[in-house]
Amino acid sequence: MTTIEEVKRRAEADAKTFGYYLNPDPNFLQGLLEGLKRNEERYGYPSCPCRLASGNLDYDRDIICPCDYRDPDVAQFGACYCGLYVRKDVYEHKTELAPVPERRPAEKQMRSYQSVSTEVEAKAATAPEREELVQITVGKKKLWYCKQCGYVVFREDPPYICPVCKAKRELFAEIKTKVDFFG
Amino acid sequence: MNISKVAGTNNKHKVLVYALSTCVWCKMTKQYLKDNNVEYEYVDVDLCSEEEKNQIRKHIQDKGAPLGYPTTIIDDQKVITGFRKDLLKEALEL
Ligand code: SF4
Repeated sequence: MTTIEEVKRRAEADAKTFGYYLNPDPNFLQGLLEGLKRNEERYGYPSCPCRLASGNLDYDRDIICPCDYRDPDVAQFGACYCGLYVRKDVYEHKTELAPVPERRPAEKQMRSYQSVSTEVEAKAATAPEREELVQITVGKKKLWYCKQCGYVVFREDPPYICPVCKAKRELFAEIKTKVDFFG
Repeated sequence: MNISKVAGTNNKHKVLVYALSTCVWCKMTKQYLKDNNVEYEYVDVDLCSEEEKNQIRKHIQDKGAPLGYPTTIIDDQKVITGFRKDLLKEALEL
């Protein structure tokens, strides 16, 4: 099971890599780390504590912490949506932490609600099957991508840990190209 | 739906907070209401059933508000998205 310390270490390492700081308010920070831990336990990945996740990795990929919206939000508002990652001036209390508006597109948010996601799935299920999956392999090597950050490698097995976002091996999937036999 | 009620001496308005159990801004909103003795109800949406989540989505969207948390609905009319102390203060006459 993931511990708070692990979640914190991960966030600290990530902040360091990208030149950010973690929220300077210890209670605030603790609350967010607990939220991340809770989400990792119930969904299998640390989705954003301040957003409703669907529990379906395909729909939640953009809100796995650090989410796709962090970098533009820290640049523009001085903090990510939750306030976990902050800019130096906010960390040093030179700029006050202000509410950050939601940047995640509404269509994506809607996927966390049942009727909408079942509609999307129904659509996908009824779409005509015109493709066949072809594996790209050279010897035993295959293309693998990290479902969390998109990092791609060409090797026999997926890495134990993603060198970019530190996702676990389970988050790697093989890339298969789609060949269209239509016309 | 599991609606929790928090008692308070200030019950001028009917206050409903849609929150997430993991979200710090939601906690701050609840705490702010409590500190000001405002009586309110809240629902932790992430702990609801799929059907309930959908009902909540409809409720929020029918008010023309975005789907963010916390969403505070006052007298089933005014909607405040996010922890906005200034807007809460004004709407609840604190
Ligand atoms: S908003 Fe912040 S805490 Fe939430 S997922 Fe993005 S980076 Fe993580």
